[in-house]
Amino acid sequence: MKVKLKIWRQENAKAKGSFQTYNFDEVSPEMSFLEMLDAFNTKLITEGKEPVAFDHDCREGICGSCAMYINGHPHGPVSGITTCHLSMRMFKDGETITVEPWRAKAFPVIKDLIIDRTAFDKIQLAGGFISSNVGSAPEAHSMPVIKKNADDAFDAAICIGCGACVAACKNASAMLFVSAKVSQFALLPQGKVEAKERVQKMVAKMDDLGFGNCTNTYACEAECPKEISVTNIARMNREFLCAKVS
Amino acid sequence: MTKLDSKIPEGPLAQKWTSYKNKAKLVNPANKKKLDIIVVGTGLAGAGAASSLGELGYNVKNFCYQDSPRRAHSVAAQGGINAAKNYKNDGDSIYRLFYDMIKGGDFRAREANVYRAAEVSNDVIDHFTAMGVPFARDYGGNLDNRSFGGVQVSRTFYAKGQTGQQCLLGTYSSLNRQINKGSVTMFPRREMLDLVLIDGKARGIIVRNLVTGEIERHSAHAVVLASGGYGTVYYLSTLAVNSNASAAWKAHRKGAFFANPSFVQIHPTSIPQLNDYQAKLTLMSESLRNDGRIWTPKEKNDKRHANDIPEEERDYYLERRYPAFGNLVPRDVASRAAKERCDAGYGVGETGLAVNLDFRDAINKQGKKAIEDKYGNLFEMYETITGINPYKEPMRIYPAGHYTMGGLWVDYELMTTIPGLFSIVESNFSDHGANRLGASSLMQASGDGYFIIPYTIGNYLADEIRTPRISTDTLEFDEAENVVKEKIEKLLAIKGTETATSFHKRLGRIMWDYCGMSRNEKGLKKAFDMVKELEKEFWSNLIVPGKGHDLNMELEKAGRVADYFELAELMITDALNRKESCGAHFREESQTPEGEAMRDDKNYMYVAAWESMGKGKLPKLHKEDLVFEEVEVKVRSYK
Repeated sequence: MKVKLKIWRQENAKAKGSFQTYNFDEVSPEMSFLEMLDAFNTKLITEGKEPVAFDHDCREGICGSCAMYINGHPHGPVSGITTCHLSMRMFKDGETITVEPWRAKAFPVIKDLIIDRTAFDKIQLAGGFISSNVGSAPEAHSMPVIKKNADDAFDAAICIGCGACVAACKNASAMLFVSAKVSQFALLPQGKVEAKERVQKMVAKMDDLGFGNCTNTYACEAECPKEISVTNIARMNREFLCAKVS
Repeated sequence: MTKLDSKIPEGPLAQKWTSYKNKAKLVNPANKKKLDIIVVGTGLAGAGAASSLGELGYNVKNFCYQDSPRRAHSVAAQGGINAAKNYKNDGDSIYRLFYDMIKGGDFRAREANVYRAAEVSNDVIDHFTAMGVPFARDYGGNLDNRSFGGVQVSRTFYAKGQTGQQCLLGTYSSLNRQINKGSVTMFPRREMLDLVLIDGKARGIIVRNLVTGEIERHSAHAVVLASGGYGTVYYLSTLAVNSNASAAWKAHRKGAFFANPSFVQIHPTSIPQLNDYQAKLTLMSESLRNDGRIWTPKEKNDKRHANDIPEEERDYYLERRYPAFGNLVPRDVASRAAKERCDAGYGVGETGLAVNLDFRDAINKQGKKAIEDKYGNLFEMYETITGINPYKEPMRIYPAGHYTMGGLWVDYELMTTIPGLFSIVESNFSDHGANRLGASSLMQASGDGYFIIPYTIGNYLADEIRTPRISTDTLEFDEAENVVKEKIEKLLAIKGTETATSFHKRLGRIMWDYCGMSRNEKGLKKAFDMVKELEKEFWSNLIVPGKGHDLNMELEKAGRVADYFELAELMITDALNRKESCGAHFREESQTPEGEAMRDDKNYMYVAAWESMGKGKLPKLHKEDLVFEEVEVKVRSYK
């Protein structure tokens, strides 16, 4: 199949980027989207041109490295999957495919499609942990956890930190990302001790880093490749309010 | 000649670790602050080591090539993590976990190390639980377990099919806590390109900043490599595509012995290769073999749809050949059996290089919901990639390069032959012998990082308290940096026509065909020449676009592939030297009449540790004899 690729090219953080359009005719519907880009890059290299820089690693939907805005959607038009799981059979022959990096003030572009997501790490290190030193843990069965709570904590914990929620949001809000971590620990008895402090520190850091506010459009949930629920945002708001008033 | 001293403590097996800890030297808190430690890698082991050393008060610098430590490839481990808790009351114990690993590794691992790994496994589960890792629980609120290949008890803790992700994110959270406290400094998007030795001791590393291209110097009193395995030597593997062996390989070139490089685990249940463009193979967790039954048609080249083949025309070959363990035989046995069926013409799918993994009976018996609860995300992933719904028809699977048991030689303290250079988990060789059992890598990774290295590194650093902070402004650092820069210039200057990826694919094909699941002398010798030839071509026809002082992913790839050529030669050399079959290393010349692997304990009951004599020169073999005091060495049978 043949496609027209409209790709954001930007030499470095300071350069002014622009869209470049390329025809690419050697596409097989069996390729994954990233394998198509690999093949396209090989073509560019052999023509003496610079390949398109993009982040990727595990290519099985779990590391959260790949992050592209494809045809107006983070991770492309198919819901519930990451860019690396997109297949070319999901596109039409002759289609124009527009590929951009995430757009958010807190995620500056490094080169082409690569962005700097260290803001996410900074939020996590403000409070996304339970302070338990190595060697101090009690016997694992000394604290039973209601199965429903354990399952809900797991469903929040599967966030891969890709940033699609921020990219999807018109305000570039990181509420879904932050609330997933806050919820995981708020649902577990182990996380209760530091719950109040955690939610306040993580929210404060999120605000500091230039992420926008949540206006309940739920675009984040719709575009999250792991389908993390916005009920986590409601839970975080409750946690935050309780922490403030108590 | 360097003598290999494994430093195994005296005393009965079950007392060795306790007695080591009782005697190990300690570093007082005030001195810990003055000691710097470099940790390379942020997987379960690296991030675990960095955070526990940070908790102790050392000054830690942690490096990873990813943009965030949370993306290290431990994140992709699926099925579970073992521990000898015996929560199921099914007869498990530390000894039994130890024994299963020793036997699973085909009696090619060190007793004392393996026992210790089993011993700390329970602490690992307690620690993860305390940190809020959401393991699966039953309705009573207790942790659930399942069984895994090669064992007859249920000792595997899990979080659906993403146990590695949950354990890694737990470890990442403990690392973040230390970064926040200032005890660990994180250096993401850095790749280690050389090790720096001063007076024979590991004192630092040279890294390339992958964003700016800048070459940086970092010094420390000790260096810990937690840089993972070299499965991507096959190009196609279950690893992340950027996983590489370069950190360990540079250490080898600087004097660290490399042990059992030919011991590579080929995982039996991966999604088969679908086309030539493919960049990686996706693993389907071994846990699926708990409920899935593996079969091929009884007729050769049977092209009927799997669901149309009646029960009596199906060959459940693992259940037939290994009635005691059935579908839960260890990985090496399952992989070879699949290869045997496909080579004999019974394979399924368009290529004939696949076998069925069927959940029909499990779904009929337990209901779709029960299967969905256990494997939901794996089934979804399979359908996304292949377009086939495994609730309705069997998955197709085939073996793929996965885990490397071989790695840098380390002693009981996890120190390499270079003083001050430690290597943990997959980057070392230590705990899995010739074959690793499922759910034991997360276990070993967490054990090494959290519960072992903090003690053993202290024993080394206790003698370094008088060593002031190491300066990076020395001749040794100058020289290492120059070597790195020259190599980058050399790669950029070739200006040929073939990409690094293309060379990598060709190298991978040679290794898969001749040094993969089945090896023989003729093939290995041929492969050695082919690799040499291809390496020559690489250095004369490689193309790397762009420059060195910039973000340049092609340059990163080229450097890794250049190291893989050298490592491939050592793997082949090791496979040639070991004329027996053991674990994952199957030498066709050494098999029973039934086609099972045949060990040669008389001649090969040793760890082959290779010393680098420089590029282009034959490496030198050192042998560490394996002594079994506790277990009786016997033929590994799963029949």
